[in-house]
Amino acid sequence: MIINQLTIHEAHELLKARQLSSVELTKACLERINQTEPKVHALVTITEELALKQAEKADQLIAKGDAHPLTGIPAIIKDNMCTRGIPTTCSSKMLQNFIPPYDATVVEKLNGCGAVIMGKSNMDEFAMGSSTEHSAFFPTHNPWDPSRVPGGSSGGSAVAVAADETIYALGSDTGGSIRQPAGFCSVTGMKPTYGRVSRYGLVAFASSLDQIGPLTKDVTDCAIVLNAIAGYDNRDSTSVPEPTPDYTQCLTTDLKGLAIGVPKEYFVQGMQKEVETAMRAAINRLEELGAKVDWKVSLPSTPYALAAYYIIAPSEASANLARYDGVKYGFSYTDTDSMWEALEKTRQFGFGDEVKRRIMLGTYALSAGYYDAWYLKAQKVRTLIRREFDQAFEKYDVLVTPTSPTLPFRIGEKLDDPLQMYLSDVCTLPINIAGLPAISIPAGFGDGLPIGMQLIGKPFGEEAILKVAYAYEQATEWHKRRAGI
Amino acid sequence: MKLSREEVLHIARLARLGLTESEVDRFSEQLSHLLENFEVLQQVDTTDVPPTAQSIPLQNVTKDDEVAASLPPGQILANAPRKEGEYFRVKAVLE
Repeated sequence: MIINQLTIHEAHELLKARQLSSVELTKACLERINQTEPKVHALVTITEELALKQAEKADQLIAKGDAHPLTGIPAIIKDNMCTRGIPTTCSSKMLQNFIPPYDATVVEKLNGCGAVIMGKSNMDEFAMGSSTEHSAFFPTHNPWDPSRVPGGSSGGSAVAVAADETIYALGSDTGGSIRQPAGFCSVTGMKPTYGRVSRYGLVAFASSLDQIGPLTKDVTDCAIVLNAIAGYDNRDSTSVPEPTPDYTQCLTTDLKGLAIGVPKEYFVQGMQKEVETAMRAAINRLEELGAKVDWKVSLPSTPYALAAYYIIAPSEASANLARYDGVKYGFSYTDTDSMWEALEKTRQFGFGDEVKRRIMLGTYALSAGYYDAWYLKAQKVRTLIRREFDQAFEKYDVLVTPTSPTLPFRIGEKLDDPLQMYLSDVCTLPINIAGLPAISIPAGFGDGLPIGMQLIGKPFGEEAILKVAYAYEQATEWHKRRAGI
Repeated sequence: MKLSREEVLHIARLARLGLTESEVDRFSEQLSHLLENFEVLQQVDTTDVPPTAQSIPLQNVTKDDEVAASLPPGQILANAPRKEGEYFRVKAVLE
């Protein structure tokens, strides 16, 4: 048994039976981190001392018979979620020295379960990107082939899980930032419904799209982490006061009577052959498991989602990132007497290329004379996209698509072509536009590289997608393969 | 759809974002290319379609006006690049 490869539920059973201690488990993960970090660069901060202290405390809780499923289990947090006393950089020069005075709600909740926080993961700066190459510090490498990207923006979290540096991780997803790296790294990643998980303490990128979710080694673990982080929080006024079910209760393998739709627009031009082949096989498998599959669903506004997203998200980003003025926290340019020059240079030197590009794009779309033609138009298209999903969910319980149209691409390949980079989110961003829950699970390999399948549910329909994901996972072995790093 | 250098500089000024000469050129080219592709939005018939700002039906979320604990000034100021006593120090606003 290689203990850092355990899932949450496997580790929990061993911890409860006192066959393993949290300190042992944590040390195994820390050792693995030392071994693999030089190759993958998934982490920005490693909190070894804190982790071992939390592990000792967890062992005491377990000894008292007080073990929550996450007690004593090592976790990695994406570096855009505030951790009290631990740097939270968003992989940006702007926040390189920022140490939050408070915990994000999700971090508070994990700590309340007796979690072991081992560090913070690398990301595209301020979560803007699809490859983790836009980190201001260093790119993260895909453990399945270190010359390729792990996806992004939660690339560090996905790699930490895929390389068994941690048992699970948290990521955030604004247009695919949990699901696309989960697909590229062969792990399970879920973006819950908008409003399901509190974003209090998540550094804001695009407030109407951002959502926090789990990256795990299997579907059961995903349900366990979702149980711990979901729920209403009065500090996030977009969190929804809906009851939270026990998500582990829906994990059954019988899909009889379930209606699954395949929206044909997601089998897009430019889709790689390997991805298409794997997807068709995976969907056939769902049919064999008892689901009724309709291959001819149409969501006709899908081709406009990319443009709508890349107007809406940068617009919101340009407003959210106006707060970085070098006064209250963060990088500050002081070598001038002029307030305006200090402000402009703080932002010039503090932000990287992609962040600047999006601020520019958003500022343009919101500026006088262009607002109606771009921002308002995109918001109207957003309505159409959501309506089409609502109509589809009158007939189908779950929709299924590839997570990304391509296999993980080479580092550097799309860095100079923003549009090509944006296209890697083409299958995931419509789900954020509509605010729906979706999960990416391992669904095959092409040329030895991972392929993800995306399952989409109706609002607050996490249980249906977890159920289909679980049934598929139990019938396949993809999630058990390990990157040979 | 072509963004001129002047337009790029105007947007940068609105965003209070300093740009180097080469960034102005590069953004002029890249943003033009992106917007050209995003022009497909204009093909969509959105007559009588209301805009969606966010995807959940919540509106006007209010809270009771209750006194609650807040962080002490020392912690709030701990990340300040420049401070003086219990204040953030800023450059002169009026010259």
